[in-house]
Amino acid sequence: MSIRLLLFLLLWPLSVFAQGFAGLGTDAQKFAVPQADPQFDFPADHGPHPEYRIEWWYLTANLTSADGTQYGLQWTLFRTAIAPGEDAGWSSPQVWFAHAAVTTPQAHFATERFARGGVGVAGVQAEPFRAWIDEWAMEGADFDTLTLTAQGPDFAYDMALQAQGPLVFHGQHGFSVKSVEGQASYYYSQPFYKIAGTLILPDGSVEVTGNAWLDREWSSQPLSDNQSGWDWFSLSFDDGAKLMGFQLRQRDGSLYSASTWIGADGRTTAYPDGAFAAQPVAQSDVGGRDVPTTWQVQLPDRGVDVRVEALNTQAWMPLSIPYWEGPVIVEGSHTGVGYLEMTGYE
Amino acid sequence: MTRACFAALASHWRHNPLQLFAFLAGLALATGLWSGVQAINAEARASYDAAAATLGEGQFDQIVPRAGDRIAQQDFVSLRRAGWLVSPIIEGRLDGVRVLGFDPLSSPSGASVGEIAEAGDLDSFLSPGRLYATAETAQALGDGVTVLVEDTVAPGVAVGDIGAVQQLLGRTDLSRLLVQPDQPLRRPALADVAPHLRLQSASQSADVGELTESFHLNLTAFGLLSFAVGLFIVYSTIGLAFEQRRGMVRTLRALGVPLPRLIKLMVVEVVALALVGAGIGVVLGYVIAALLLPDVAGSLRGLYGAEMAGTLQFRVSWWGSGMAIAVLGALAAAGGRLWQIARMPLLASARPRAWAMTLGNAQVAQGVGALGLLLCAGALAVWGSGLVAGFALLGCFLIGAALALPLLVRPVLTLAESTAKSPVARWFWADTRQQLPGLSLALMALLLAISANIGVATMVSSFRLTFVAFLDQRLAPELYVEAETAAQAAQIEAAAPRLGATALPLLVRDTHVAGQPTRLFGVRVGPTYRENWQFLAATPSAWDQVAAGAAAVANEQLARRAGLWVGDRVEVAPDRMLPLAAIVADYGNPLGQLVIGETLFQSLYPEVSARQFGLRTDDPTAVRRAMTDEMGIADSAITDQVALKAFSMGVFDRTFTVTAALNVLTLAVAGFAMLMCLLTLADLRVPQLAPVWALGLTRRRIGQLEVIRALVFAAVVCLFALPVGLGLAWVLLAIINVEAFGWRLPMYLFPADYAGLGAYAILAAGIAAAWPAIRLMRVPPNALLKVFAHEH
Repeated sequence: MSIRLLLFLLLWPLSVFAQGFAGLGTDAQKFAVPQADPQFDFPADHGPHPEYRIEWWYLTANLTSADGTQYGLQWTLFRTAIAPGEDAGWSSPQVWFAHAAVTTPQAHFATERFARGGVGVAGVQAEPFRAWIDEWAMEGADFDTLTLTAQGPDFAYDMALQAQGPLVFHGQHGFSVKSVEGQASYYYSQPFYKIAGTLILPDGSVEVTGNAWLDREWSSQPLSDNQSGWDWFSLSFDDGAKLMGFQLRQRDGSLYSASTWIGADGRTTAYPDGAFAAQPVAQSDVGGRDVPTTWQVQLPDRGVDVRVEALNTQAWMPLSIPYWEGPVIVEGSHTGVGYLEMTGYE
Repeated sequence: MTRACFAALASHWRHNPLQLFAFLAGLALATGLWSGVQAINAEARASYDAAAATLGEGQFDQIVPRAGDRIAQQDFVSLRRAGWLVSPIIEGRLDGVRVLGFDPLSSPSGASVGEIAEAGDLDSFLSPGRLYATAETAQALGDGVTVLVEDTVAPGVAVGDIGAVQQLLGRTDLSRLLVQPDQPLRRPALADVAPHLRLQSASQSADVGELTESFHLNLTAFGLLSFAVGLFIVYSTIGLAFEQRRGMVRTLRALGVPLPRLIKLMVVEVVALALVGAGIGVVLGYVIAALLLPDVAGSLRGLYGAEMAGTLQFRVSWWGSGMAIAVLGALAAAGGRLWQIARMPLLASARPRAWAMTLGNAQVAQGVGALGLLLCAGALAVWGSGLVAGFALLGCFLIGAALALPLLVRPVLTLAESTAKSPVARWFWADTRQQLPGLSLALMALLLAISANIGVATMVSSFRLTFVAFLDQRLAPELYVEAETAAQAAQIEAAAPRLGATALPLLVRDTHVAGQPTRLFGVRVGPTYRENWQFLAATPSAWDQVAAGAAAVANEQLARRAGLWVGDRVEVAPDRMLPLAAIVADYGNPLGQLVIGETLFQSLYPEVSARQFGLRTDDPTAVRRAMTDEMGIADSAITDQVALKAFSMGVFDRTFTVTAALNVLTLAVAGFAMLMCLLTLADLRVPQLAPVWALGLTRRRIGQLEVIRALVFAAVVCLFALPVGLGLAWVLLAIINVEAFGWRLPMYLFPADYAGLGAYAILAAGIAAAWPAIRLMRVPPNALLKVFAHEH
């Protein structure tokens, strides 16, 4: 077992984490705990919150090349703290790690990075906005205009992003509850980025354009002990509306769900547990694991009843913490594209 | 009934305490020697592993400063930010302990002390001011530092988080960077990011792998030999005990004890005694290993610059194998005897057969067995392949030779008897011949011990001579310099004469020769090569031909793998065939190499320029200083080969100390086996000696003759041990080493060493015979008279 994996198992006893989810640890210890009715302060809140245990800058994008081929892209920077607060040099209790991936209809490329805080190898600053680990970076004069780069041993990408709409806040004005016991996180998104750039793949470079969705979330509170994993969806419909929905799978078979409907104008409606439903329709063998890669997703209040199918069923992230994450195609009452993340299937 | 039977079995030991001692001591010594060698082996391997895991050196490319031994932390950050996946290492000394700091998050897997993290608490690993080390190292570090005891860390080294170690050493910089094996797609050149740092590839680090493997092989072979000697002792002591109890078995059966129960009880007895003996042996092995360990530790310190703990760990691998072998050996030895007892007619004579009579059929069987084993060894030598076959050959050869010994000694004794004139001499030889069956197991053990000593001494000394020659050959230039750029290379070559040095450029290109991956060298032929290179086979003017571009020299690895030898033609470049003028021995290098002349190399591969230079100079220190100070060559790019040579020899000399100590022990064990046999026989000898005494030979004279007999036996065994030992050495050098490493060690003979060993063996036999002889001398005359009284 690698020291890194152990570190993460130590920090996440349930070995689960994700976009749209804020569970970790067995208790909040001395870390700050999210409170209801938050007052965000931008651009400062785009930066790190070291007094909370975990935080992420999580970007996914659905891309299309000139010949119509679809692609998916992921860039995620995680911050996790061994203790609250910040300290200079190697004494910093902040640990950073990042995942990058590109999915094509035939292939999936994924890689990860790790770094200690305090020495300058990784970090985030709010203004001008800059999030980086090694040579990977998401940066720009402000949060609306960003460049994005990452690379692994066999792929790389350089992208430019331009926000086309406002930030959106999940749950109660950005206070997102994750279980019936009341565990919660601060959670907002920028789902309106236009994105364009170059994917460098083993077969050559591809110019692509598309839409990107950036999630910001931080918390300190534990998962419920009885939660084993989750299925998280971010769907962008062709009519401009968007849907974020997730369900937490409990060990007793029951589910806890939450969702946000985002109008084309950026106006949001948050739905409580039970409004959003996702049913696995078909499973795929992914490296010997059975992973549901086709889903029936419903939000009856908005007349949503769609079939969500993976662009590439083999979008497994074989990293220190393995999970499935990849682009999806939406058909049914609404059509569009999106991203699906599933944990707890390893 | 069971209790009564046990009481009867135990009474035998009560009446023969010496035999009980022999039984237990034989087993203990055999187990002790075996488990001692195993313990050293296990400890050595564990230390290698810990050292390798802790340091991770040689395994990964490293980035080191061009000058000095420090790297600014900002360089690490800049490299990471540029896309170089590197991990920081800081190294220093604290209270004489080597302290190593690393970053668990960025270190390549395999380099970090993963087990520390596994065993310990990571929060605590990343806590400031904490180190991990073995208990012994922790003590050396004193009270000022928080040290958590962790046995998987290499001895003499303390590890900790990079931040903690920086703090303890009072530094803010780093020592070097490890380079991850997988690097991202777009990575700038190192010179563009940090021109003052240089990349040192993993293969350029001193490769000690082959040397340590040789060291292991040496110990493994010794373990096997000591086991063979031990097994003979176990066999002989058990055989003796069972032979002497035939009478008791008959009595017990006559009293109504069922045979199966008796056999079962005797098995239980053997196992119980074996466990006791082996238990003592394991402790003994521990003591042996602990005594030898300082030398082994010395060897390792030389190899790795890391220390091996002076204390042993009680590893299952060695004490378990020692116990298992003792029990299995005892059962195997008892098996044959129990089978005989099972087949023994109820009222058969209880006379102990083996100790009085020749063996007849058994002798034929032994001869057939010996012949079969020797034939098997011959077949393995000719047709066998692989290391297992090599060791099987070793086993067949040794046991076959041992079994053949009594059959070969007998004619020698018969011959001596036929040449004897006086009646006493004739009786002496006849009586010696009569003792042969009783002593044969002890003699076999002695044969194995002496031949093992001869074999291992030959191997180790041959290794040393060869290695010295090899070091002279490969490390002839006093300095070795690696240039960064073509310009720097030209500068070195131009500056050498001014500095009073001769530069020997080395052109290198990786290619394939005869289908084998090969490193092709272009060399400037001169006295350095002519005087120092030793060929395994060569044409008379090999270097002249190489200089003229008319021939090539291949190393042994390439020659053996590609099935080439002197005179065969190889393709050094497309459409350019050259004959091989010589084959050169190349130890400690797994790769194929082919050497051609500098001029030819340049014409074939004009794009390759020399980057590596050997420098011949009388003043290495001054040349080195001039190179670093005036020419700006990185200090780490210059190797002082004189120091390297001295260091390498030191390593081997320590290996020899261990081997010599083990030699003495093996001989001592064989001497003990002989002592025990003679002591047991001494009691049986009284009826045989009584008539000689009655005929007028004094007890003193009889005692002297007994000692002389032991010396004669030892001398004859030494005579036979010499060819067996040399055969053993040949198997080790020419078969096992070739199988293990792909190169054959030339065998050198050391007659003076063998004479010394023979003298020690005869001395051991003399000492072993002395006590029984003294006992015989002190047998009261009435005891000798009683022999005649009992006959009537």
